[in-house]
Amino acid sequence: MNLELSAGQRAARAEFRAFAAAEIAPHADAWDRAEEIPRELVGRLRELGYLGSNVSPEYGGLGRDMIAYGLLTEEIAKGCSSVRSLLTVHDMVAHALARWGSRELRERYLPRMARAEVLGALALSEPNVGSDAKSVETAAVDDGDAWVLNGRKKWTTFGQIAGLFLTFAHVGGQPTAFLVERESPGLTVKPLRGIVGTRASMLAELIFEDCRIPKAQLVGRVGFAISHVVATALDQGRYSVAWGAVGIAQACLEASRAYAAERHQFGVPIADHQLIRAMLTDMIVDVRAARLLCLRAGSLRQSGDPGAFMETMAAKYFASRVATRSANDAVQIHGANGLTEDYPVARYLRDARVTEIIEGSTQIQQITIPLFEFQEL
Amino acid sequence: MDETQTKIKQFLSRFFKSHDLQPSEDIFALGFVNSLLAMQLVAFVEKEFGISVQDDDLDLDNFRSIDAISQLIARKSGAAA
Repeated sequence: MNLELSAGQRAARAEFRAFAAAEIAPHADAWDRAEEIPRELVGRLRELGYLGSNVSPEYGGLGRDMIAYGLLTEEIAKGCSSVRSLLTVHDMVAHALARWGSRELRERYLPRMARAEVLGALALSEPNVGSDAKSVETAAVDDGDAWVLNGRKKWTTFGQIAGLFLTFAHVGGQPTAFLVERESPGLTVKPLRGIVGTRASMLAELIFEDCRIPKAQLVGRVGFAISHVVATALDQGRYSVAWGAVGIAQACLEASRAYAAERHQFGVPIADHQLIRAMLTDMIVDVRAARLLCLRAGSLRQSGDPGAFMETMAAKYFASRVATRSANDAVQIHGANGLTEDYPVARYLRDARVTEIIEGSTQIQQITIPLFEFQEL
Repeated sequence: MDETQTKIKQFLSRFFKSHDLQPSEDIFALGFVNSLLAMQLVAFVEKEFGISVQDDDLDLDNFRSIDAISQLIARKSGAAA
């Protein structure tokens, strides 16, 4: 397997890096404090084709290759994980829709998602349901020409500004997916504030009260939401989060390297102290290893290999833990300064913790990865 | 078994080596399919046979046995031609 970047991928990475350094990283702390990103930024992401870039050219998308897609995610996350999470959820919905939506749904929504005229968000988690997705309490009932939804969704990333929610409900106990437009009668969107990590990801709670949607908004078939639609969306989400975690770890490394070189204690830069170097060494090696796992997953995804599911999960599991370890050490290297808003490393730590919880927690990966491994014994 | 059936059997046999799966055997009834295998199976038939499994195809009967999967592939290949 060749994991070297092509000339085109290197050029794309340079473009993503320059954009994130100029237009994202300098503002990330302010967005974090404000708990929102500006609408103008969404406009810039749209203009540059960074949202929905995984949509096939058949629907007006760029159909960006999996490796370039990963590089985009890493560079955006290095600047701001909240912005990365916008790419994650929008692209998850687009991916699941492209995979399991009817022709009618694909033709109606994918061109608009490719142009980011409408933002997608995933409505899966509920007040009482996290990892145990098959137990969603939101219910959908067949009512002649419509589906009627009742229930509550929580932690919907970018729910505050999304226009389209890939929503999971049960139909008589069978998990089923629906595409719900924000303007649907009976849907109320309430902003959620005060989250600790990815604070600018504009979370929302969704309340469905006799929310009526047309029959055609069904995604996949009744009963196939978990095995296929959720599985597809979360697989895409894990790929995005894995690369995003690499971005956080890389940001930690760069911040720590700079700080260790300029900060003097005992008459020398702290980088000269061996215990600081040990932490830097772990970061350097961890981030390389995590990136290699992401590249391997990306390569398998690009070729449509069935093994891509397991490799993506492994990449997400490892990279998210690397992000947390690296951010923890980055704060340690920064000492008291690391606990202030004067340096970004405290934000990196808060954001890293999120990557171990979303799109399947670390513990869910620990349960599932061995199952994949034992499948073939 | 024809070539398509043989390839399907080879793929599925990776997941239950100790059982000699027969073309008409119900893999759900045998308890061999879990949610991990469901999407891997879709990816396999798409990559190996160049077809696209879509929302209309989400029917357990299309994936119930080597014969059923083989028929799905034949139908989809015919539709694509």
